[in-house]
Amino acid sequence: MTHLGYLLVGWGVSLGALGLYAVRVMQRGRRAAARVPADRRRWLAAEETS
Amino acid sequence: MTTPASSEVPVHTGSTTTRLLGIAVLVGLVALILLGFFGAPKDDEQADAVRLIFVHVPSAFLTYAAFSVTAVGSVMWLWKRSVWWDLVAHGSAEIGVVFCSLTLFTGSVWGRPTWNTYWDWGDVRLVTTLILLLLMVGYLAVRSMGGDDSAVATRSAIVALIAAVNLPIVNRSVEWWFDRTLHQKSSLTDGNLEDLTLFTLLLGVVVWSLFYVWVMIHRFRVGWLERELRFGDLDLALAQRRAEAHTINDGGDR
Amino acid sequence: MWRDVVLVAGKDLRIEWRSRVTFSQVVPFAGLVLVLFGFALDANRPVLERATSGLFWITIMFVTTLAVQRSTSIETTDGARRALLLAGVEPVAVFAGKAAAVAVQLLAVELVLVGGIVVLYGAEIDSFLLVVATCLVATVGIAAAGTLLGALVAGVRARETVLPILLLPVLAPVLIGATRAFDDALGSVAVDGWAWIGMLAGFGLINLVLGALSYGVLLEET
Repeated sequence: MTHLGYLLVGWGVSLGALGLYAVRVMQRGRRAAARVPADRRRWLAAEETS
Repeated sequence: MTTPASSEVPVHTGSTTTRLLGIAVLVGLVALILLGFFGAPKDDEQADAVRLIFVHVPSAFLTYAAFSVTAVGSVMWLWKRSVWWDLVAHGSAEIGVVFCSLTLFTGSVWGRPTWNTYWDWGDVRLVTTLILLLLMVGYLAVRSMGGDDSAVATRSAIVALIAAVNLPIVNRSVEWWFDRTLHQKSSLTDGNLEDLTLFTLLLGVVVWSLFYVWVMIHRFRVGWLERELRFGDLDLALAQRRAEAHTINDGGDR
Repeated sequence: MWRDVVLVAGKDLRIEWRSRVTFSQVVPFAGLVLVLFGFALDANRPVLERATSGLFWITIMFVTTLAVQRSTSIETTDGARRALLLAGVEPVAVFAGKAAAVAVQLLAVELVLVGGIVVLYGAEIDSFLLVVATCLVATVGIAAAGTLLGALVAGVRARETVLPILLLPVLAPVLIGATRAFDDALGSVAVDGWAWIGMLAGFGLINLVLGALSYGVLLEET
């Protein structure tokens, strides 16, 4: 396979960055969820409850 | 609706939908890698470097899709004052910046073997996309500076609109500036791509789109929770005040 | 309405005139940038001549961020913005007036800078009309976009750093267009400068409309 270095860098960085971003978002979610009271954690239903 | 016991309410942003979506993304990704590296034939001119378009083109597509969602969300905030759309606009811009950076990066990595340069100033899409990235970084900067929630939303919505309106002018001006472009005139439509290459490309767009939806749902919930955190403290204080007022009234009037 | 525009513009210009900041600090700053470019390019005449129009407009971009910041801080100190609204001045008039004031200051700086590139970089002006037209048309767009973004960041923390991040990418087409038009006017590159003026006019028009539409929302809410 030609250009293997370029391919690995391009694919590697893409998948790595997307994966890293996704993990960070979920960590952020867990941290935030732990601090929000359970009855307010219903994001989609919250408009009607409040 | 009965309030579920606290043990049933998840302490994370996942749900059945996101779990299914996540599995679909992973399965699609495996298929994409197999097809991209081993299924699709090598290009006559670009040899195996062509396999980079399977990540480059989907990233570019999702960049513009994500920022379009931000533009729509911004209009909806200004029009309807919808917090839902505001959170969507913010999340989508953040994901868009990730995709936009990846587009530029993979484009550079691809350009080196095929055009023999990492960067070319004469290429319209390249320069336009870079300006777009800078504009959206500015958008996120305005977002992160904090302040009153609705003021921040209005401010950033207008930034998004300024960016959306000015981007075509940037594109025009760069096009006139060099009057040439390295990018192939949409290789999708001129039928030069092998069937399997085209299929893999479309699969890439589908997988990337699924990923976008999946991460967007998570990101939206994060935005919602963080908003709850900002308002939660306020509500708690209000509730305490009200409780105090009640005890005073109860004692005094009767 | 036009009376209000003139009033707001006159007020800003009077404040600038009395404080002398434009003349005692902004113009010297612009001159300084020209000199620094001279150092950076090793006072190499052919290179300088080739780059003159670009350096001119880069300098104007820097000056714009300063001018817009000044113009914004006039309104944010002492809640002057609220007072303007309470006085019944329409937001559109405030926007147009402030943009006009910024434009007048920029034109003054541009006048000095044209002298600067002639003296320091040895620029020869082929078409005086084109130079004047470029300055006028480009400045309208710069002032419109600058005033709008200035109001936008007015209530933001660290607005001194946020403003350039937002403003400079938006002004990218102006930098390209005005530089090309100047290339033609100075005879350094054979391009059609007047075609670029059309592009600059489009930029100006679009950003004026955008500013007129959204300035009111910004004033009331932020």
